Amino acid sequence: MHVFLCDFLLDIVQNSLEADSGTVSILIEEDRRMIRFTVADDGKGMSEETQAKAQDPFYTDGIKHAKRKVGLGIPFLKQTVDETGGEFSLTSAEGKGTTVRFGFDMMHVDTPPFGDLPSTLVAVFSYPASCEIVAKRSLSTSLGSGKWEVRRSLLLDALGDLRSSGSLVLLEQYLRSQEDDLDAIRISHDPEIR
Amino acid sequence: MAKMTVEDLRKLREKKQNELNKRDINGKDCQVIIGMGTCGIAAGAKVVLDTFLKVLDEHKITNVAVTQTGCMGLCYVEPTVEVLVPGMPDTIYGKVDADTVRKIVVQHIIDKKLVADHVYDRPSADIIKNGGR
Ligand SMILES: Nc1ncnc2c1ncn2[C@@H]1O[C@H](COP(=O)(O)OP(=O)(O)OP(=O)(O)O)[C@@H](O)[C@H]1O
Ligand code: FES
Ligand SMILES: [Mg+2]
Repeated sequence: MHVFLCDFLLDIVQNSLEADSGTVSILIEEDRRMIRFTVADDGKGMSEETQAKAQDPFYTDGIKHAKRKVGLGIPFLKQTVDETGGEFSLTSAEGKGTTVRFGFDMMHVDTPPFGDLPSTLVAVFSYPASCEIVAKRSLSTSLGSGKWEVRRSLLLDALGDLRSSGSLVLLEQYLRSQEDDLDAIRISHDPEIR
Repeated sequence: MAKMTVEDLRKLREKKQNELNKRDINGKDCQVIIGMGTCGIAAGAKVVLDTFLKVLDEHKITNVAVTQTGCMGLCYVEPTVEVLVPGMPDTIYGKVDADTVRKIVVQHIIDKKLVADHVYDRPSADIIKNGGR
């Protein structure tokens, strides 16, 4: 089962990467109480019917997951959101794209832990898709804020490829340095949080 | 670590490339494909990816292609990893954890020997049709 918020993120982002998107943008916004994720794509979108099915825990197409008993993905995310006083919304238009937003109250005892964003984004950026991926991360504290942003095309340019183990190790270091910077801000501004 | 810029990243890459080019023989034309469908993620596929990168780095191997696929239809043995090494049969390992990853790198990729107790099937029919994607 999912244990971390980043696992939900990866799952939702993968759907966008599988939807013939040109650009997938990922927003991770954190304040002192909530972490909000937005995953927006300009891919194939979903009909009303597909949207309903995608959110139904008992729906599965039966081909892709022959051995799987129930759907996971979006239904499980919604369930976790409901149980923890979080937020969820999905908007989609066929041929236009899809936006999924979800937010978690980090003070709620049942909210899963955040997880490891750098390694999650390594999985995202090394996904075998050719679309642009933009990830924006922000933190706002009681005293100020911090943020970073990264694009797949810039990473590809700097690293030459996003597939060899050597490149991915460097990518991980790069992303970790961005998160370390935010951690330092969080600790100095709001030492009581996490 | 201080916050890196994309330019720092480029320089680091160039430096590493010069250092390692000569002895990077073990990973040549090797590919590791990690099953990252919902079940895979739920079963710990991300730890598998992290550990591959870590262990390959420890052995100074930089040129193994590490890629992902969605569902391999092998839910019940997730996390799964397909390993393609020249001179070795294409192999799917199941129930892979950090320990198995270490064995796959040392035994399969470096020593060219199967990690016998974790070998599973070929992917299911609809996956083979798509060329393993
Ligand atoms: N961003 C999206 N764009 C278009 N279709 C989507 C998107 N997200 C979900 N869907 C549709 O909803 C269905 C269900 O999504 P879900 O993630 O639950 O399962 P899946 O992607 O088919 O399988 P898995 O995630 O296990 O690989 C998808 O098959 C797809 O048809
Ligand atoms: S990921 Fe498990 S059956 Fe598809
Ligand atoms: Mg999916």
